[in-house]
Amino acid sequence: MTAMTTKPNTIETQISSQNIPTVEDKFKMIAENVTISYGDKPAVKDVTMKFKEKSVTALIGPSGCGKTTFLRCLNRMHDMTKNAKVEGKVMIDGIDLYSKEIDPIYHRRKVGMVFQKPNPFPTMSIFDNVTAGLRLNGVRDKKVLNEIVEDTLKMAYLWDEVKDDLKKPAVELSGGQQQRLCIARALAIQPEVLLMDEPASALDPIATQKIEETITELKKEFTIIIVTHNMQQAVRVSDYTGFMYLGNLVEFRETKKLFTDPKNDLTAKYVQGQFG
Amino acid sequence: MNVNKRQEYRTLFKQNVERRLFVDKIVRLIVISCVIIAIIPLGSILIEVFKNGMAAISIEFLTEVPGSIGSGEGGIGPAIQGTLIVIGMASMIGVPIGVLSGIFLSEFGDNRLAKSVRFFNDVFMEFPSILLGIFAFLVIVLVLGHFSVWAGAFALALIMFPIVARTTEESLKMVPVTYREAGMALGLRHWVVTMRIVIAAAKNGMVTGVLLAVARIGGETAPLIMTILGSSLFFSNFDTPMDALPLRIWRLSLLPYDSAQMQGWGAALVLILIILAINIGVRTLILNKDDTYRFGRMIKEKIGGRK
Repeated sequence: MTAMTTKPNTIETQISSQNIPTVEDKFKMIAENVTISYGDKPAVKDVTMKFKEKSVTALIGPSGCGKTTFLRCLNRMHDMTKNAKVEGKVMIDGIDLYSKEIDPIYHRRKVGMVFQKPNPFPTMSIFDNVTAGLRLNGVRDKKVLNEIVEDTLKMAYLWDEVKDDLKKPAVELSGGQQQRLCIARALAIQPEVLLMDEPASALDPIATQKIEETITELKKEFTIIIVTHNMQQAVRVSDYTGFMYLGNLVEFRETKKLFTDPKNDLTAKYVQGQFG
Repeated sequence: MNVNKRQEYRTLFKQNVERRLFVDKIVRLIVISCVIIAIIPLGSILIEVFKNGMAAISIEFLTEVPGSIGSGEGGIGPAIQGTLIVIGMASMIGVPIGVLSGIFLSEFGDNRLAKSVRFFNDVFMEFPSILLGIFAFLVIVLVLGHFSVWAGAFALALIMFPIVARTTEESLKMVPVTYREAGMALGLRHWVVTMRIVIAAAKNGMVTGVLLAVARIGGETAPLIMTILGSSLFFSNFDTPMDALPLRIWRLSLLPYDSAQMQGWGAALVLILIILAINIGVRTLILNKDDTYRFGRMIKEKIGGRK
C-alpha cells in the first residue's frame, strides 16, 4: 500500500506499457485520463481504459476504490450528482461524451445500465417496466413492445417465471427477480454497451449463474463492462480485467493473465485474497 | 476487544431492564394521552355540529334560496353551489401553479432563485388569509368596480398554491434517487423522468397535499367577505357577488333567531360533509387504484389457493 501511495508514477508507467488490448482491436469505448472528484476529494485518479467491442471487461478492487464511480462516468450519471466533477475524455464510437455539443440523452440510449440494487419503477407493471425506455421515448407499436418484452425477459432468464403475470406490479417480484427485470429493462432499449454495477450482489447462486450465462451470451452483440466484488465471477465472465485501488487503475490486462501472472504486487495480493 | 470486556458490556446491557421497561410504559402512556387530548376538541366539535345540524337538514334546506330573515324558512342552496364553484375555480388556478412550483423546487431547486422562491413560498403560506382577501379586493374588486366570483377564486387560489407547492416538493423529494437514475440511464429526458416516473411514485403525497389545500380554502371566510361578498340568489355569472357556505354560516350565526342559528349549524354540517366527500371521492378515484388492485389480487390468490 505504501509503495503505491508514495510512487504513483510506477503504476502509471506500468499501465501505459501494458497497452492491452492491442491497438489493432476495435474499441467501442475509450476513457482517457479520467479523474472524478467529489468536491475536492478525487475518487478516481487519471484512469485510462479502452474497451474492445464485443468483449467483457471486469472492474475489480476493494470497496471504495472508485469502481462504481468510474463506471457511472461512462454513462454521464454524475451529471445528477451535486459536487461531482469529471475531467478527461470518455469516447464512445469516437465521440467525446463530455464535449459541450453532445446531448447525453442520445448516448445514454446506446449505453444500458444495471445498478447494484434492483430499482424497478414502483408504479409500473412488469411489462411497463421492461418497455419504459421505449414507451417513454415514443414507441407505441404493441407488436414491437410485446416482441421486445419476450426477447429481453428471455435474455435475462426471467421469462419463464413471469410470462403469465406481465401485468403484475414489478415491486411484487423477489429481489433477484427484480434485478433480472432491471437487466431486461436495460436491454430493451437495444443498447450497444451494457454497464453492470455488481448485478449479481442481490442474487442467489442459481440466478447468478443464469446472469453469468446471459453475460456470456450477450457478449456476442454487446460491449459489457461489469463491476464485481466476486473475483471468481470476473474470471468466469470477463475477457479483460482492471484492478483498481484507491482511485488508481493499478493493472489492466487480459483476465487470465491478470489472475495467473499479475505484474503488480498489489494485484497479486488482491487476487490471492490477502487483502480487500 | 477481548472476551472479558465483551462479557462486561453484555452485563452492562442487561442492567436496568426493569427501569427501561417502566420508562417504555410511561412514554407509551404519554403518547396515547396526547392523542386522546388532541382528539377531544375535534370529536366534540364534530358531535356538536352533527347534533345541532342534523335537525336543519332537509331537501328544502339543501336546494332552496334563503327565506326572509328569522322565518326559519328557505335553505342554503346558493351557498352550497357557490362553495363548489369557488373551490373548483380556485383549484383550477391554484393546483397547477402549486404543482408546477413544487416540481420546480424539488427537481430544479438547487440554485439561488429556487432558494428565494422557497423562502417566500413559506412566508406566503403563513400569511393571514384576510390579507390575501384585501389584496384580491384591491387588485380585482376595486379595479373592476364590483364584487365578483373571479376575485374570490383568485384570493382562495393565493391561499392554496403555497400549500400545494410545499407538499408537492416534499413528496417529490421522498422519491429515491435510484428511480431517477434508472430513468436517466434509459436515455429519458429529465422532464420525462420527472413527469412519468417521479410524479407517479409521489402521487399519493401530492394528492394528499391538494386535498389539504382544498379543505383549507373550503373553510375560509375572511377573504370571501372581501371578494364574493355573499348573496341570497343562485349563481348567475362570474362578475356578480355569489354566496358560499362559510359566508352563510357566518351571517346566520350572527342573527339573533333560534331558527337562523339552527340553519347555521346545518350549513356547517353540510360544509364538513362536502369536504369529507371531496376527500373520499378523490382518494378512491386516484389513490386506491393500486391498493384495490393489490387487495383484489390478494383475495383472488386466497380463493384460488383454497381450491
